[in-house]
Amino acid sequence: MADKLLNWNEVLIGATIKDPGNSKNYETGSWRVEKPIWNPDTCINCMFCWVYCPDSAIKVDEKGNMAGIDYDHCKGCGICVEQCPSKPKSLAMILEANAKNKTEEDLRKELFSK
Amino acid sequence: MGKKVALTGNEAAAHAMRQINPDVIAAFPITPSTPIPQGVAQFIADGKMDTEFVTVESEHSAMSACVGAAAAGGRVMTATSANGLALMWEILYIASGSRLPIVTAIAARALSGPLNIHGDHSDVMGIRDAGWIEIAAENSQETYDGLIQAIKIAENKDVMTPATVFFDGFDISHSIEIWEMEEDKKVKDFIGEYTPLYPLLNTKEPVTHGAWAPPDWYFEHRMNQLEGLLNAKEVVKQVGKEFGKEFGREYGLFEEYKMDDAEYVIVAMGSVCGTTKDAIDSLRAQGVKAGLLKVRLFRPFPYQEIAELLSNAKAVAVLDRVSPAGAQGGPLFTEVRSALYDVNNRPPVVDYTYGLGGRDTQPKHIKSVYEALMQIVNTGKVEKQFDCLNLRGTWG
Repeated sequence: MADKLLNWNEVLIGATIKDPGNSKNYETGSWRVEKPIWNPDTCINCMFCWVYCPDSAIKVDEKGNMAGIDYDHCKGCGICVEQCPSKPKSLAMILEANAKNKTEEDLRKELFSK
Repeated sequence: MGKKVALTGNEAAAHAMRQINPDVIAAFPITPSTPIPQGVAQFIADGKMDTEFVTVESEHSAMSACVGAAAAGGRVMTATSANGLALMWEILYIASGSRLPIVTAIAARALSGPLNIHGDHSDVMGIRDAGWIEIAAENSQETYDGLIQAIKIAENKDVMTPATVFFDGFDISHSIEIWEMEEDKKVKDFIGEYTPLYPLLNTKEPVTHGAWAPPDWYFEHRMNQLEGLLNAKEVVKQVGKEFGKEFGREYGLFEEYKMDDAEYVIVAMGSVCGTTKDAIDSLRAQGVKAGLLKVRLFRPFPYQEIAELLSNAKAVAVLDRVSPAGAQGGPLFTEVRSALYDVNNRPPVVDYTYGLGGRDTQPKHIKSVYEALMQIVNTGKVEKQFDCLNLRGTWG
């Protein structure tokens, strides 16, 4: 999202965008119905989730390893969970409604400790 | 003064394109505009222009290629008719929404069905809400002059909106008329160089065209687009004057024929205006104060100027070369009648559909319209608000 919602006589002609890549500023995380939770304890850093994620919402650290999920952009499609090859899977989906008011640590325990 | 030539309306359009020599023309053949891209292809083959001619598999692709080429930063033109224009429809909105000043020559033709390849305005009226500038040409001269002006109008920085110049299929597109062709260099100088605002090929300043505008942005962009279209009105006048200064044929938003003291007025667009002028001349010889308001700029519609002119008439008839298709009248009628609502002296306004699918409209049909207007004024009654010219059987 741009800093300011511009008026009709302020927008750039033809809906042209002069700052390419600004879709990063447009947060789409609120669209989610289900939320992916990552378990670093079993993750093998294969980076399949990063390859498959259609929203570039898998975070990568400086070593090129999986570093979590960018919840500002993840739309909750669940592709990362589907393709995760580790056994057991290192990603799991939970309904946003059931994830409310819980920390990521709480959710990890709930989903992965079984 | 240009050189007098005897050529068809399509050839007039092709010669205008040769002299404009745009960067790209993407076109697909369709009757009756086929001779335009055909003529252009010949000019290119003969080395008389160096336009990149893109042959495509449909009109949808033709307009899509035009959009791509214009977004890249090129000066772009095309030509089409009827169902071809209908097939372009989706992309016409993308061209106008992206503010790409593509100029299209349209040999106006009926839409099927039943299948018909002859002249009427179904195609150009079908795109009237697509956000394009629409300029009507009466004859070959106006087609040639109009295309040259359209480049300058569309590319004006305050406008940056695609434009079409339409002329009647077969009546004009395939009729040989005498008209004046200007020198190549003079035309080139008149239109000048085109400097695109945000060309995709400028890699030093990368831009995105055709991005998504969600509900919190789309509305603002559409109104921003409308401002460009509305700005075209003043630019059409300005370029029409400049054209007159350079080539001796001045143009405005419309042409007034014997309007100064006209009591009975026909409002029309396209080749029927020539027939109407002839009918006016013979009626004037009999003392009837007949006049014609020939609309040149249909989009944006100069409703205030037209209402002002018509407020002095005693009765007005609008000629629409389309079926009203369920509206109170044809599109020109509803525009004119709506415009008159705001003036104090509102003359009665009636509508005629004429010339569908190439049906002939002769001076006697035009005279019958003036006679009906005189009867309205004499009796003070409008018997028929809508009627047809040269239709077998009585309508309504």
